[in-house]
Amino acid sequence: MQGMNEFKPKIVAFCCNWCSYAGADLAGTNRLNYPADVKIIRVPCSCRVNPLFILRAFQRGADGVILCGCHPGDCHYTTGNYYARRRMTLLFSMLDYLGIEKERTRVEWVSAAEGAKFAATMNDFVATVTKLGENKRLEDLRCKQQ
Amino acid sequence: MQAAMISRAKELLQGGQVQRVLGWKTGEFVYDITPAVFQSVEELEAEFVYNDFCGNNLSKYLIKESRQPGKVLVFLKPCDTYSFNQLVKEHRILRDNVYVIGVPCEGKTDGETLKAAGVRGILGLQAQGDRFLVETLYGSQELEKAQALPERCQNCKSKKHVAYDELMGEEGQVLQSGRFDMVEKLEAMTPDERFNFWRGELSRCIRCNACRNVCPACSCEKCVFDNDNSGVAQKAAANSFEENMFHIIRAFHVAGRCTDCGECSRVCPQNIPLHLLNRKFIKDIDTFYGDYQAGEDTESRAPLTNYTEGDVEPSIVYQRGGN
Amino acid sequence: MQRIGVFVCWCGSNIAGTVDVKAVSEALGREPGVVYSINYQYMCSEAGQNLVKDAIRDQKLTGVVICSCSPRMHEATFRKAAASAGLNPYMVEIANIREQCSWIHKDMATATEKAIILGRAAIAKVQLNAPLTAGESPVTKRALVIGGGIAGIQTALDVAEAGFEVDIVEKEPTIGGKMTQLDKTFPTLDCAACILTPKMVDCAQNENITIFSYSEVQEVKGFVGNFRVKIKKKARYVDETKCTGCGLCTEKCPQKKVPNAFNLGLDTRRAIYIPFAQAVPKVATIDPDYCNMLKNGKCGVCAKVCTAGAINYQQQDEIIEREYGAIVVATGYNPIKLDNFEEYAYSQSPDVVTSLEFERLTNAAGPTSGTLLRPSDGKHPHTIVFVQCVGSRDTSGCGKPYCSKICCMYTAKHAMLTREKYPDTDVYVFYIDVRTPGKNFDEFYRRAVEEYGVHYIKGMVGKVTPRADGKLSVQASDLISNEQLHIDADLVVLAAAIEPDKTARSLGTMLTASMDTNDFFTEAHPKLRPVESPTAGIFLSGVCQGPKDIPETVSQAGAAAAKVIGLLAKNKLTCNPCVAHSDEWMCNGCSSCEKVCPYGAITYLDKEFRMPDRTVAIRRVASVNEAVCQGCGACTVACPSGAMDLKGFSNRQIMAEVDAICKE
Repeated sequence: MQGMNEFKPKIVAFCCNWCSYAGADLAGTNRLNYPADVKIIRVPCSCRVNPLFILRAFQRGADGVILCGCHPGDCHYTTGNYYARRRMTLLFSMLDYLGIEKERTRVEWVSAAEGAKFAATMNDFVATVTKLGENKRLEDLRCKQQ
Repeated sequence: MQAAMISRAKELLQGGQVQRVLGWKTGEFVYDITPAVFQSVEELEAEFVYNDFCGNNLSKYLIKESRQPGKVLVFLKPCDTYSFNQLVKEHRILRDNVYVIGVPCEGKTDGETLKAAGVRGILGLQAQGDRFLVETLYGSQELEKAQALPERCQNCKSKKHVAYDELMGEEGQVLQSGRFDMVEKLEAMTPDERFNFWRGELSRCIRCNACRNVCPACSCEKCVFDNDNSGVAQKAAANSFEENMFHIIRAFHVAGRCTDCGECSRVCPQNIPLHLLNRKFIKDIDTFYGDYQAGEDTESRAPLTNYTEGDVEPSIVYQRGGN
Repeated sequence: MQRIGVFVCWCGSNIAGTVDVKAVSEALGREPGVVYSINYQYMCSEAGQNLVKDAIRDQKLTGVVICSCSPRMHEATFRKAAASAGLNPYMVEIANIREQCSWIHKDMATATEKAIILGRAAIAKVQLNAPLTAGESPVTKRALVIGGGIAGIQTALDVAEAGFEVDIVEKEPTIGGKMTQLDKTFPTLDCAACILTPKMVDCAQNENITIFSYSEVQEVKGFVGNFRVKIKKKARYVDETKCTGCGLCTEKCPQKKVPNAFNLGLDTRRAIYIPFAQAVPKVATIDPDYCNMLKNGKCGVCAKVCTAGAINYQQQDEIIEREYGAIVVATGYNPIKLDNFEEYAYSQSPDVVTSLEFERLTNAAGPTSGTLLRPSDGKHPHTIVFVQCVGSRDTSGCGKPYCSKICCMYTAKHAMLTREKYPDTDVYVFYIDVRTPGKNFDEFYRRAVEEYGVHYIKGMVGKVTPRADGKLSVQASDLISNEQLHIDADLVVLAAAIEPDKTARSLGTMLTASMDTNDFFTEAHPKLRPVESPTAGIFLSGVCQGPKDIPETVSQAGAAAAKVIGLLAKNKLTCNPCVAHSDEWMCNGCSSCEKVCPYGAITYLDKEFRMPDRTVAIRRVASVNEAVCQGCGACTVACPSGAMDLKGFSNRQIMAEVDAICKE
């Protein structure tokens, strides 16, 4: 994978509107760099993220999927991230059980004030996924032949 | 037991307490058991069976049957009562329209399992303690139950009926079982080994939907995979991704609701050990959130619709072994 | 097929400096469905907004994508612009190419490529957008205040003053709460009753205020603007409309041995009682646990002496159902039970008292008529030890982890007043830290130390042992001089931690208002929305939200009232249209969605369905109350069949974004 062209991973980041999306905005306001490989999808709350979306991203060629929400206890909707936390814990554990690299998925709590944490998280996640290389274990070849 | 069940069913039917009976009948072969609804004493006498092949979990049929006029009598084995409770909890079974008689179970086998144990031309089966006496076209054969019972019965989790209106036989106990042993074995493998194991299993999937159709937890009015608006509708798994996708999502949708009845693996024509996916979730739930047995009661909150402030973080997955 | 217009903003050089805006608008112009694509220097300016409006009209656009700054900045601006040009405002999507692109990338090629992808994702989403209409719901112009302490009283008075009806539900026979039991108040030392009782009378006399005393909230249904509440009026066996509060019955009742709860059991009262002279309403109440007539039918003295004929032994609990537009929680606090702190000998000696009991012992209307006397022998105490942080800031699990906030100040007050009235008394205060933030608070504390000679000792009391001679042997450590102290005290006063009233938890569940681990109600935002609960229409007043003193409580009560008035002043409430919606044909009625809904917005109906085979089936299906749903989406994932979806963030919309982002 370290061939002529350097591998650029595709990263989908689901961010809750109230904390993490605002945290991403703050990272921008503070001009904190992170790779352009990260593309953010805004959702109202981390609990809106269906495991189907995560699998869908892998199917369509994502190499890593990260979910960011308010810190537990700070959810705008009071309890949303608690449910998201359980769902994602179980989903990630299942992916790992199927032998799919667990480092391709991550949950991180980023508040609206944590622009620096958002940028650092994305830098770290991109580095981790880059090291893993292309997602081969949960790919749909039909979606790659374009 | 069969005679006692028929006579009690007749009593309730004639007494007008129930209008229909949900039970089992035999098809062309003795091991070819199918769930059936009996409307009359004559039908009961002619076709009702209860033997060591009656593995079918009748709970799911009550979703429909409990919505028909009148009351239905159902015979449930211990593990079926967990599914029953779970469906009552989810308002899928109308409890008031059902009369449940709990019946004992010492493990149910099936044609596939016996064939795998080397038995051919099965004509009949009798349990004698720890052994089965199989009558075949080629004479009698004796088998240890340990060989002749499917995995789910060898690792029976409970002989206790968690729901009934009336019990036939003794009240059983919740058992200690080794049902998570195989999950642990897989967890101890390297990711590559696990990946190869599951590719080997899931690549055989022909998307016949038998697992989904038999599963008491998969009782949706319309499955997401059949819903064109869901964005994930698929009729056949076209490639490895879709095979994975279907089984991950199916297991996820029943996580915290699956009672581990094992029907999915029983009906899989490709013999994929689907229960190992569900048991992974059950084991994780037990470890992360405390022991939880779906269907044990009709009130408790399911683990995925519940939380505590101190729940483990998803990063626990990275910290655990199997690198 | 949608007709989509794309508008790429330069944001001066903020975007255009790193993103080739021309290339972006050209690339996006080639996307399927896009009929119009331009770029402009400041899209949010009036000229820029006019570009959008004109294009909507001229190009007959059905969808708009703005590639600009964060939607948190200008989504509302562009939605408004679209609406003024006749397009449904929810047909607008924003691609964030400033905060999440131009500002974080330095290389123009990279940033431009990413901006195009973000634009594509927004286009993919808007393709699936549907016009949404914000619903409206009416507002019942009446507020409910739960709890009639100083917090509830102040909120009720302020709301009533603005012209709205307010009901106060108070579980005790009188309003007034804890403040009625206090003697003086810090830091001004004015008498609590003198400043509180006029407010209580105001409540009783205000035409807009109805007081339900000796009552509890039993059930809360509905949502912001439209709550339906069942209030249980407990039987007091006295007809409130007839009782004149003359108090004759409370003198004649032969049952004299009832512990007086108002004086914290320091003296006794009769079975029929008025808690204190200034009670509002001033109506007698019979204590059914002690009344001989109610217990065994033998007595009836109160009925005989009551000239008003107000006594009614047959009175039953009554359920009243009322509707409200807003609910204010003002349930207050109690000192914790001291069972876990046996080292202070609270249960062994009557001379170890809590601070609230000390208030009663120094109060002119208290059991000793204001003369400080030891409960055990009625003698004047000469050495008094105050212990602070009894159960506060306690992480051992015996007490509470938080600071109760008021103890430092009232202990300083107690110490100061004791020294002033009884200069021959030695007063010791043991503390961990003295915390005195607040106007004139530190000055107050310093006066206690400097002018009144109170011995403040940093350290903890280890053990209090009652001795045979009636003294209390206090063992303590002085952390500054690092030595063990032994004090022979006559009275020990414990500053017990305060905790939310025990009714708060069940009330929180009824209101679906969230609480923290200490059972304090959580505010919608700790800094910016401190008097609102995250549940719309529920407001917080006083200690139910966190420990606070009287001035803070009153200001918060006023703030809560302002929020209530703002809500009740509206005739209609606009609802967020991005709410959950259930497809009844797919719904299993399994209740998973209801379990995860933080707002109680989901209910179930048994509905008739005409099935494809022409039979009629009755099925249990979920129904979302759009006025209550806040659109978090928890239900959409809990739903296994995918029947539940979220408008504005639907499964298909989010997947379309995923697809667009992952496309090569």
